[in-house]
Amino acid sequence: MLGKLDWDAIPLHEPIALITAVTVVVVVLAVLGWITVRGHWRYLWNEWITSVDHKRLGVMYFLLGLVMLIRGFADAIMMRAHQAMAYNAPGYLEPDHYNQIFSAHGTIMIFFTAMPFMIGLMNFVMPLQIGARDVAFPTLNSVSFWLTAAGVALINVSLGVGVFSRAGWLAYPPLSELRFSPDVGVDYYLWSLQISGVGTLMTGINLVTTVLKMRAPGMRLTRMPIFCWTTLASNLLIVAAFPILTATFAMLLLDRYLGFHFFTKEAGGNPMMYVNLIWAWGHPEVYILILPAFGIFSEVISTFSGKPLFGYRSMIVATMAICVLSFMVWLHHFFTMGAGADVNAFFGIMTMIISVPTGVKVFNWLFTMYGGRVRFTSPVLWTIGFMITFVIGGMTGVLMAIPPADFVLHNSLFLVAHFHNVVIGGVVFGALAGYVFWFPKAFGFRLHEGWGKATFWFWLVGFYVAFMPLYALGLMGMTRRMQHYDVAAWQPWLVVAMFGAVLIFFGIACLVIQLVVSIRQRGRLHDTTGDPWDGRSLEWITPSPPPAFNFAVLPNVQGEEAYWGLKQGALRAGALPDLPAYEAIHLPRNSPTGFVTAFFAVVLGFAMIWHIWWLAILGLIGAFTGFVVFAWRDKEEYAVPVDEVAAHDARHRAARDVLLHSGVRA
Amino acid sequence: MLDPKGPIGVAERSILLNSLAIMLVVVVPVIVLTLAFAWWYRASNSRARYQPDWAYSGRLEFIVWAIPALIVMFLGGVAWVGSHALDPWKPIASNRPPLEVQVVSMDWKWLFLYPDIGIASVNEVVVPAGTPIHFRLTSDTVMNSFFVPQLGGQIYTMAGMESQLYLLADEPGVFAGISAQFSGAGFPDMQFRMRAVGNAEFADWSSKTRGAGETLDLAAYERLALPGVERQPRTYGAITADLFYTIVSRFTAKPEAAAGAGRDLHPTHSS
Amino acid sequence: MSAVAAFPDPNRLGRLDAETVADEQGPAPKRIVVGYGFWIFLLSDFIMFSAFFAAYAVLNGATADGPAGHELFDLRNVAIETVCLLLSSFTCGMASLAVSVRSPVWTQIALLATGLLGLVFVILEVAEFHTLVVAGNGPQRSAFLSAFFTLVGCHGVHVTAGGLWLGTMMAQFFFKGFNETLLRRFMCFSLFWHALDIIWVAIFTIVYLMGAFT
Repeated sequence: MLGKLDWDAIPLHEPIALITAVTVVVVVLAVLGWITVRGHWRYLWNEWITSVDHKRLGVMYFLLGLVMLIRGFADAIMMRAHQAMAYNAPGYLEPDHYNQIFSAHGTIMIFFTAMPFMIGLMNFVMPLQIGARDVAFPTLNSVSFWLTAAGVALINVSLGVGVFSRAGWLAYPPLSELRFSPDVGVDYYLWSLQISGVGTLMTGINLVTTVLKMRAPGMRLTRMPIFCWTTLASNLLIVAAFPILTATFAMLLLDRYLGFHFFTKEAGGNPMMYVNLIWAWGHPEVYILILPAFGIFSEVISTFSGKPLFGYRSMIVATMAICVLSFMVWLHHFFTMGAGADVNAFFGIMTMIISVPTGVKVFNWLFTMYGGRVRFTSPVLWTIGFMITFVIGGMTGVLMAIPPADFVLHNSLFLVAHFHNVVIGGVVFGALAGYVFWFPKAFGFRLHEGWGKATFWFWLVGFYVAFMPLYALGLMGMTRRMQHYDVAAWQPWLVVAMFGAVLIFFGIACLVIQLVVSIRQRGRLHDTTGDPWDGRSLEWITPSPPPAFNFAVLPNVQGEEAYWGLKQGALRAGALPDLPAYEAIHLPRNSPTGFVTAFFAVVLGFAMIWHIWWLAILGLIGAFTGFVVFAWRDKEEYAVPVDEVAAHDARHRAARDVLLHSGVRA
Repeated sequence: MLDPKGPIGVAERSILLNSLAIMLVVVVPVIVLTLAFAWWYRASNSRARYQPDWAYSGRLEFIVWAIPALIVMFLGGVAWVGSHALDPWKPIASNRPPLEVQVVSMDWKWLFLYPDIGIASVNEVVVPAGTPIHFRLTSDTVMNSFFVPQLGGQIYTMAGMESQLYLLADEPGVFAGISAQFSGAGFPDMQFRMRAVGNAEFADWSSKTRGAGETLDLAAYERLALPGVERQPRTYGAITADLFYTIVSRFTAKPEAAAGAGRDLHPTHSS
Repeated sequence: MSAVAAFPDPNRLGRLDAETVADEQGPAPKRIVVGYGFWIFLLSDFIMFSAFFAAYAVLNGATADGPAGHELFDLRNVAIETVCLLLSSFTCGMASLAVSVRSPVWTQIALLATGLLGLVFVILEVAEFHTLVVAGNGPQRSAFLSAFFTLVGCHGVHVTAGGLWLGTMMAQFFFKGFNETLLRRFMCFSLFWHALDIIWVAIFTIVYLMGAFT
């Protein structure tokens, strides 16, 4: 009746897991309770849960990422604390639990923290920057978000019901096959990622179509802000790479559920093939994450230097080169699998080649600052921190791209330090820079700058204190994923690393405090004009927050840095451009399709994990029914009447007029 | 691996350090310039020249593409030459013939077979110093990675497949060995020792081991293969002929052939 | 348009004001956007199939002392399946014509024919799988058979899903007539159905023909 599910699934005998699960449940119930008591359900349902607006979805994605950052970080600090103690000692985490924690940490940080951060920012910003009213497929966008949330739901349920995978964040077979991982852990991993993977693929299709087909009049590709180029490249990679992940996980699921032999040890199965397939996805994945971050830094540094981005053309070439080359390097993740010298050398060289366009970008950011007037706001601090940190991480990457060097460094803590170096230094710093930079656009008030700087310094110092020791440990021969060890020389470094993690904890605390304080002081931090940073691209022409239709009239773009040109023209003329001719605007209706689909996806996933077949069928039927109901609706759009459009714009023009005549910007 | 004790390890370390030095030539100036430009061009510095329209320079573009490209070309050469010279399958040049050792990674221990001597040992591999060791490796279980950090690089072990590695210890010594690929619950305990000894001592050890203790036949192998950790190294005085290849080839046959204990270990039976 | 002179050209991309490039006419009409996005989806689906093709190629020889393709494939059955699928693409094309002249009756007839041919395809494929399984040559027998069942089965699942979509479209045309939304969706459906044909040609060639003659 309930498949494999019974009371044993609840970790009553594991205090840490139990307390965590109970805490999560209590917090969730408290939040839901607060919403109920304050009567916010109607607002939430109408304005957020059923929203198909890219701005709302972008905010929700980013919020999801922030919440999962905390969950993933909790795993991290637990591991650091445990390893600091576990010299010739069992530590405080049982091996089984420790192995789940490192698997969950990687899975959550990549799939449910970094991806939502980047997808959230791309969703929010890109349509505004290209002068569009929304993405190409708004309802599909909502489905994408909610499917990602469904994956998050499943992976969090594994805290309290059953166990999580102990096979690492990529679940190599044969370890992840049924014989060596007979319980539900790997199934939680697979279903959670398979479901959210579908959502991500849909996002890829959506955003590529948006960039290529929905730009405003005059917005040629070579007039787009560089962030839109990196969005295009990243989403092209999503479209090309995620289907491989879907296929590979499907094969592993078939092995586990129906006894197939894709990757088993016996009957001809080939675990090496899994390693190849998963990294054919995995390498593009890290570029999917870093390219938008590069775009964010480009926007930030050019805005706060008061100069256009240096070498815009070569930035485009570099971005697209990285996009293509990222598919040709995957074997560098397993030089030690024994492919032979020719193959290893080829992939090593390709990996180094990909560092050329990346290096070019760093130089271009450098020369953007040169001759500028750099304002040291926290986004700029994040950018400078990134430039220094990422370059070090890139260097250690190129080191490991040399196969004989990799033979001694593979799977060591040196490797762990390298990828945290580039992911934290690149993706996390980029996400936090973008967060501060575009927060006023999303909410109408800036974030508190003091707490923002505190966040930065804790993160920066914390990162170095936490991860530089790991480079040393890797050189000393310590491999990754060790629940205990017996080399005394390693322990002091691990203790230092733990203090680094504590510093990062303070960084995250400052981040949370910053948000709370900013909300409280939002009157003082109010963004009246929509252009708090003297911006250069089109999103800054809209009010903060923009209305649902983004632009009262679609802009007619006449050059690069569309907004900057318009702004300078207006300043010279001493007047705003003429009143445009307003028309009614048609917008897509909100829809519960995304939420409903995700609900049934969770049902399906949970049922499949626990082998509750009747529930799985119910989930499938529910999802299909939801699809048909959605397909049956007659009214897809609603109209914003012309007077409302005109009124919105009039208010905004008034605010701009004040700015123009106060001569604040010169 | 900063203190290697064999030629492979030494070569790998020098590649590491040389490449690091070359890259620092670019990385250090970039970091310095980043801080310098940010500081000099800060908004409050009235002495810095503001050039709001300067966003393109053909000459700079050329330099900016050329420098990384040159470094990459050089390092690419290092990678090509190094990959071939230090290919795990490449024998080490020596006037002594290599010693054959076959390795099987198990849950969670390492089995070493000496096919030419007819003995085996668990979690300790004794070898003569100054002689190249030719390892042939496989796994009885999930993927592992055979790694002796002080002597050289690692190589994956995979069920149903044979990988190879050559290592050499210049001097006698005891070197720690690990698995570098997570393999489950007993993974942290999957450690072994590589003990390099003088030639005479090695001959002594092998003749003492041969004939003493248990025989590693198929039944004993099955017992050893049961999941568990070995706290102390031990040895077997005799091994079944061709045991290593029996282990390798059992995984490609019919599904039932590799099912569990007491299975049929002759993979060439017809279906 | 004196405002044009105000626009800086920091990257010296030059002015192309004489002609507006097609690229900059503004957002494309919905029909084009939907078609474009659906094409990208189809390309992503092709990539997923390539992963299964790659697995099949790698595992082709991994028969675990069991039967290989040429011992198992019934080319006559496969030929009938192929004819059904190709014919169904033809009838789908007929349906497109019927839609373009807004004929409800012929639309439904052509769609029904498409669906029935697809159904026959699926039934034949299920029968083929059934025969293999009861003879002990199911996907659990060897890696090669796992890859075969998955690749061919994945295509069959797509055909089935297409059939469900087809049924929904028939119902919608019946109840709602030919509105803009349905026309766009039908364009996507026929792209999907023809794409399934393309994949089948690849399967037919790589799996069945090459398998039978090696």
